[in-house]
Amino acid sequence: MARAVTTRRKTINSLAAWTVGLLIFFPILWTILTSFKTEATAIADPPVFLFFDWTLENYSVVQERSDYMRFLWNSIIIAGGSTLLGILIAVPAAWSMAFVPSRRTKDILLWMLSTKMLPAVGVLYPIYLLFIQLGLLDTRIGLTIVLMLINLPIIVWMLYTYFREIPGEILEAARMDGAGLREEILFVLTPMAIPGIASTVLLNIILAWNEAFWTLNLTAAKAAPLTAFIASYSSPEGLFYAKLSAASTMAIAPILILGWFSQKQLVRGLTFGAVK
Amino acid sequence: MGQITLKQVTKSFGDVQVIPPLDLSIEDGEFAVFVGPSGCGKSTLLRLIAGLEDVSSGSIEIDGAAATDIPPAKRGLAMVFQSYALYPHMSVRKNIAFPMKMAGVPEDEQTRRIEAAASALNLTDYLDRRPGQLSGGQRQRVAIGRAIVREPAAFLFDEPLSNLDAALRVGMRLEISELHKRLDTTMIYVTHDQVEAMTMADKIVVLRAGVIEQVGSPLELYRAPRNLFVAGFIGSPKMNFIEGSEATSRQAHTIGIRPEHIEVTSEGGPWTGRVGVAEHLGSDTFFHIHDTGLAETLTVRAPGEVSFRHGDKISLSPREDQIHRFDAEGLRIA
Repeated sequence: MARAVTTRRKTINSLAAWTVGLLIFFPILWTILTSFKTEATAIADPPVFLFFDWTLENYSVVQERSDYMRFLWNSIIIAGGSTLLGILIAVPAAWSMAFVPSRRTKDILLWMLSTKMLPAVGVLYPIYLLFIQLGLLDTRIGLTIVLMLINLPIIVWMLYTYFREIPGEILEAARMDGAGLREEILFVLTPMAIPGIASTVLLNIILAWNEAFWTLNLTAAKAAPLTAFIASYSSPEGLFYAKLSAASTMAIAPILILGWFSQKQLVRGLTFGAVK
Repeated sequence: MGQITLKQVTKSFGDVQVIPPLDLSIEDGEFAVFVGPSGCGKSTLLRLIAGLEDVSSGSIEIDGAAATDIPPAKRGLAMVFQSYALYPHMSVRKNIAFPMKMAGVPEDEQTRRIEAAASALNLTDYLDRRPGQLSGGQRQRVAIGRAIVREPAAFLFDEPLSNLDAALRVGMRLEISELHKRLDTTMIYVTHDQVEAMTMADKIVVLRAGVIEQVGSPLELYRAPRNLFVAGFIGSPKMNFIEGSEATSRQAHTIGIRPEHIEVTSEGGPWTGRVGVAEHLGSDTFFHIHDTGLAETLTVRAPGEVSFRHGDKISLSPREDQIHRFDAEGLRIA
């Protein structure tokens, strides 16, 4: 039976949710607002909230000073590529864990997730050296591989939970109908898992898009994505909050818009298949 | 062709052996029914034949060729699942076409077979719907259609009717029987329902705990059950078992008599009792008789119009030639 919810309780809950939501959103809002201020207004004390002279000056300066499109293009390739590569590897992995589990499957899943608990900086040195050896420093392919690897546990976990919801008998029916492993995954499993795969893809694009540690440490100029674009404005030689904010806003805008339009899939994705 | 032979087949899950060494042969064109209580290994046995489970030891032959290590896709068998297992993202047409697509059947031949199957199964109007838009009975027919079109060596049915309501179940039972007569293809059918087994089978395989208790035609099993388990399992309502002096006087440990082989009269029979619950089916009446001194309850079948009431004293006359005798191990005494 559902718990009785009184109007008062509802109001309190809504207020609490709005407060938390606004608290989380405030830094982003502040960044966007600051991007429309002059450098002087940006550091004004006390800070001004909405009533200032709105200007697009920062955006034009940022546009002039750096090639936004190049960073954007790198971000798209790295985020998209690493997600696509991850899905290609994770679908068969999740298939085997979900439908032909062994006694160690749970352990493997946990072990995979545990790699996410490792501080990234701990493996920076070996990976950096590997990248030098292999000539992958400051290349898109190198970053694509690294981001795919760090997000792979999450992709496998998400797909695993979605696949678990698909009745095994349907895959057995496909086998009886003459489908080999390839056809079974291609024609039956994948189309049935499209909603799950879609939310996995979305979440991982966002994760890869926002990833800053590896993208900053392994790139210089050629393969630098939008995270490096933002970082280039946090220069130590001066306080250019407004320009930094404009760069940040430009960097997060595409992913913010993507996230806005795919809220439903994302919620489902973030709850790891628990909510139907 | 669809002759299936199992030789010394066993199956273990971890340390648990669910099927001890088992031999079985199913002839081409035969309708074989695996029947037994739940957990008796009948579905496992079917899945071993399908190839969905690997045998732990022993061998399976299909039409004389070794099939033990052949994957399910290559065994040439079709299976109908309890849950229907239709592809939810495909239309009925595509569901039925799927096995032919896998086998590389030419497009026009696919269309011809789909049309034929659809008209035989009353699915013509539903070909462009998704499985989610169909009723249980229609989904079951799609599953059968998908099995028919690949023209398999044998059909495997895993409790296909247990998700349907009672009225539909009787109809589908007849349809599957007719399908068997028409196609003349081997069918192996798993059920826990002895009525389905009796009405459909050429050959019934009664299983308990992975062991075949008896193999035979429905009437063989009805007339000469090999042991107490088969005697109690086949026939509805189940056979009455009586121990004690009535049994020893017939040189047996236990005697069995079916409800339809005991006559109820107001007096004159060798046994007496008191009427408990009476179940009136119209055509028949089943009386549950107490206080007989033979067993706690005896079930007796009487014609529909007999009207004894709860608590009436009655007398019972068993038909001597229909009494089954069993020894202390529960085996039939010839």
